[in-house]
Amino acid sequence: MPVRIQEADFDLTTELAALRAGDPRVGAVAAFIGTVRDVAGNAPLATMTLEHYPGMTERSLTAIVDIAKSRWDIVDALVIHRVGALRPADQIVLVGVTSAHRGDAFAACEFIMDYLKTRAPFWKKETTAEGSRWVEARASDDEAAARWQSEPPRGA
Amino acid sequence: MRDNPVDTLTLVYLARLRDAFGASGEAVRPPADVATIASLRAWLAARGGVWATELAPERAVRFAVNHDIAQPETAVRPGDEVALFPPVTGG
Repeated sequence: MPVRIQEADFDLTTELAALRAGDPRVGAVAAFIGTVRDVAGNAPLATMTLEHYPGMTERSLTAIVDIAKSRWDIVDALVIHRVGALRPADQIVLVGVTSAHRGDAFAACEFIMDYLKTRAPFWKKETTAEGSRWVEARASDDEAAARWQSEPPRGA
Repeated sequence: MRDNPVDTLTLVYLARLRDAFGASGEAVRPPADVATIASLRAWLAARGGVWATELAPERAVRFAVNHDIAQPETAVRPGDEVALFPPVTGG
């Protein structure tokens, strides 16, 4: 299963080893991990709670991976996204991509993250000593995703 | 296509909208002329109060029909699951 939603933490080495699976076609492995920062506005963050829309989440992430596979010459891709209550420095998300050459792996990894940020149904709620608030979407994330609509795929 | 009665729409409210509406969803029977996301939004906003506030035209609200992102012109039919949520903030 190339897409997983889970409360549990993940181990980068274990996940990338499974993704590569000893496949000698793979010459490049790119990975991105998103982690929880310790500041929410001006107050120290206590917890970050991740909510999602079961069913649609898996569907949208699978669609994003499929787009990446059609645009770049990659061997495989993996997305793990955690949900539930997280604390500062915890891991949130892992994207891993394997390919023959680094250009495709780097580009596809960045593309999957940019599309995940704007299309996958996750929401963050920050809790500080002052209370809880839902995180607002950022225009810079939309701009990062939009740039893939005009850029030709690299290495293809 | 879903396992709810064929004459109702299943609405799902997520994240901030669930907090605002005070419910995680409901089954509704809109009039026959509510056939698109745009008309469903207007019909729900006409309830007034927090519905009018959250679904006002200038507020960013996303919709999904049967787990696919929808546009204002997307059709809604009895039996569909329609989700309402704020812009996503994962990753």
